[in-house]
Amino acid sequence: MKTNIFLKSTLIIGLITLIVGCGQNGNNGSGALGSSIAEKVYVAPGERDEQYAFLSGGYSGNLTVYGLPSGRLFKEIPVFSQFPTSGYGYSEETKPMLNTSFGFIPWDDLHHPDISQTNGELDGRWIFANGNNTPRIARISLTTFETEEIIEVPNSAGNHSSSFITENTEYVVAGTRFAVPVPQQDMPINEYKANFKGALTFIAVDQEHGHMDIKFQLLMPGFNYDLSHPGRGKSHGWFFFSTYNTEEANTLLEVNASQNDKDFIAAINWKKIEEFVNNGGGTKMAANYAHNVYDESTHMATSTMKKEVLTVNPMDVPGAIYFLPTPKSPHGCDVDPNGEYIIGAGKLSANITVHSFDKMLAAIEAEKFDGDAYGIPILNYDDVLAGSVQSGGLGPLHTEFDGRGNAYTTFFISSEVVKWKLDTWEVVDRKPTYYSVGHLMIPGGNSRKPHGKYLVAMNKITKDRYLPTGPEMEHSAQIYDISGEKMELLYDFPTHGEPHYAAGADAELIMNNSKKIYRLDENNHPYGIKNPGEARIERKGKEVHIYMSSIRSHFTPDNIEGIKVGDKVYFHITNHEQDFDVPHGFAMIGQGTSEILIMPGQTKTSLWEPKQVGVWPFYCTDFCSALHQEMQGYIRVSPANSNIELSWSLDE
Amino acid sequence: MKTFKLLTAALLTLLVCACSNTSQTGSDASSNDAQSSHPQGQASVVDDVSDPNILQVAISSEPHSTLVAAVQAAQIEHVLVNAGPLTVFAPVNEAFDALPEGTLENLLKPENKGDLATILTRHAAPGSYDIEVLKREAQKGRKLYMATGDYLEVTIEGGNVSVGGARIVASVPASNGIIHVIEQVILP
Repeated sequence: MKTNIFLKSTLIIGLITLIVGCGQNGNNGSGALGSSIAEKVYVAPGERDEQYAFLSGGYSGNLTVYGLPSGRLFKEIPVFSQFPTSGYGYSEETKPMLNTSFGFIPWDDLHHPDISQTNGELDGRWIFANGNNTPRIARISLTTFETEEIIEVPNSAGNHSSSFITENTEYVVAGTRFAVPVPQQDMPINEYKANFKGALTFIAVDQEHGHMDIKFQLLMPGFNYDLSHPGRGKSHGWFFFSTYNTEEANTLLEVNASQNDKDFIAAINWKKIEEFVNNGGGTKMAANYAHNVYDESTHMATSTMKKEVLTVNPMDVPGAIYFLPTPKSPHGCDVDPNGEYIIGAGKLSANITVHSFDKMLAAIEAEKFDGDAYGIPILNYDDVLAGSVQSGGLGPLHTEFDGRGNAYTTFFISSEVVKWKLDTWEVVDRKPTYYSVGHLMIPGGNSRKPHGKYLVAMNKITKDRYLPTGPEMEHSAQIYDISGEKMELLYDFPTHGEPHYAAGADAELIMNNSKKIYRLDENNHPYGIKNPGEARIERKGKEVHIYMSSIRSHFTPDNIEGIKVGDKVYFHITNHEQDFDVPHGFAMIGQGTSEILIMPGQTKTSLWEPKQVGVWPFYCTDFCSALHQEMQGYIRVSPANSNIELSWSLDE
Repeated sequence: MKTFKLLTAALLTLLVCACSNTSQTGSDASSNDAQSSHPQGQASVVDDVSDPNILQVAISSEPHSTLVAAVQAAQIEHVLVNAGPLTVFAPVNEAFDALPEGTLENLLKPENKGDLATILTRHAAPGSYDIEVLKREAQKGRKLYMATGDYLEVTIEGGNVSVGGARIVASVPASNGIIHVIEQVILP
């Protein structure tokens, strides 16, 4: 029934727009092809895009890299999911990246990428992303465009209000969506209320290497923590989290979590809590969570299980945590570039609520509270309210900024982007996206200094936007030019998986740091070889280690005998190219894993467990050269009890 | 697919026409700009991190200035930066000087670009043949397949390796293959 209403409204809005659109065309007179819109997104062959956009892949578990304004897909970066294209999660070196306290988890639901910042401005060092399902935070290098680190978040479930960073990348923050028993225990579900906890986790980031370490976990009341953003400028040192289900319902949340007129935005003075724990505060709790780090020098990941986490009870740090009443299950929790306004998008509301940081401080100073929730003071809605945007839309979700005093909010139910003015709350423009928009992204739009030329709206629905491809369509994204007074829809393009959020930056910030090759003389892989002359094979019982070289256009060795059924054969392949964009691949017949793609100067390992006697080929999977098709080899597999000696050769 | 391409072409044509109607500078100017920014494809990639490729090695080698000039005149730079791999037998300047008088000047004329390209291409073998592999060619009696389709004989005399009668005096590895410096031009 609901769907029908939505469909009808969409249809009506669509029809209205069509009519309006025709009218505009009539006035314009030159037609779409005569307009300058196509030129605005056309990036001629050999030219480059102005900006990078990193779109979350949602249930693909990965991150996709696009160019703006062309909407061209440059790369899919594997983060939480195995990725046969590169062998991520399949190669021996990268399997540890997906280790968790639940064992090897080959998938996750990647939601909210956020680029590292210095002084509140994007610095282009790393991009962080959260795994929603099995709570994890990943750090991806913007030099190699590879996932370098994944840390599991204990005491969390549905890691949704993540992975947002403070303005000097001091912390990447991970808030739980689902409250759970902390520590986990066998207990009746209906005893949720007052017993389950919502952990907000502050993960410290080492500034030199980016390495992550949980500094503390704040064990909040058992609400659902939805999204979050850091304070910036004057509000730096605070973090704001939207909550819903302050009712603490544990069933049919669709109804039961919508009972309260207002939920909260939790304002957390993390500097105060940091000081508390630095002075020995907090309680160490037994835990079990994985910390996986990829070392660029050894080209290998290691996984370490950590056994302890420092927890903080909100009651132990008075004056650090307050609740700001915010209508109707707020989703987006966004802070304007100056750090004054905290914007709550009540997703069941028509209006957007804007809180004032200054007013919040004044109310705290005056101790004007409207009761408390589990001992945490609740401020008066009217005392902290800066204004309310009478949007005329329905279902506000998420807001970003252009740095020119404007905010842009998506509306899911009314399928539109609404531009409004900070300070006056006046709506100045609105554009239909037609297809149920979720998040939007302005490059740098959640920093002190937005690069506000384009806006990307990420729609949840595609339907007839492209040529049909069966029941499931890739989601549609739309690029708007926001440089003028009115937004202008330029283009739409398909995305991969389900983008929940995105981050973007000017190309100059990132492109010059992009790595071209790994230097062979810096390759410290224990099974790497410095040149093809070192190629060899070693047997240790049933384990066979093949130290193999690949360079255009052959493997060394390429004829191997003496392998037996039941062996575990490890191909350690070093790519001896020192030439940008010349990877080699490797695949072996009947291998229960994916190919591996080895970058120049890199060593990767692929496991093969031969089960059948015979002579079996392997080959390079990447069209590396004119003689790529000649890049192959054979392995003779003998019976388990064979006496054939191990031997190997090339062109003998 | 063909229909789609035709449609795209038609649309692009329309677009260009439309642009030239509305734009003062016209579409020709902008498409020239696009071309000039990357005039040589892979040959113009700025990369000071990778090992130098065959073209870059040749350009940086003073004794091969004639060869480089000939490559540029024949407009085959792309071949020497291609993923290859290629083995290039690179005659030194003196080798070109030793050609009959007027030969080089004649080949460098624009109308003889094709002939020049053929002669230069006869100096390149697909594949990466370092000196050890070349010796094996001689020992195993394998002939070297050149990019023009010719087969050249590899011989060893007193420790010197020659290809098509031209003696190799030095070898320089490159990111996309290898260069063997030779003392004479390999003519058919």
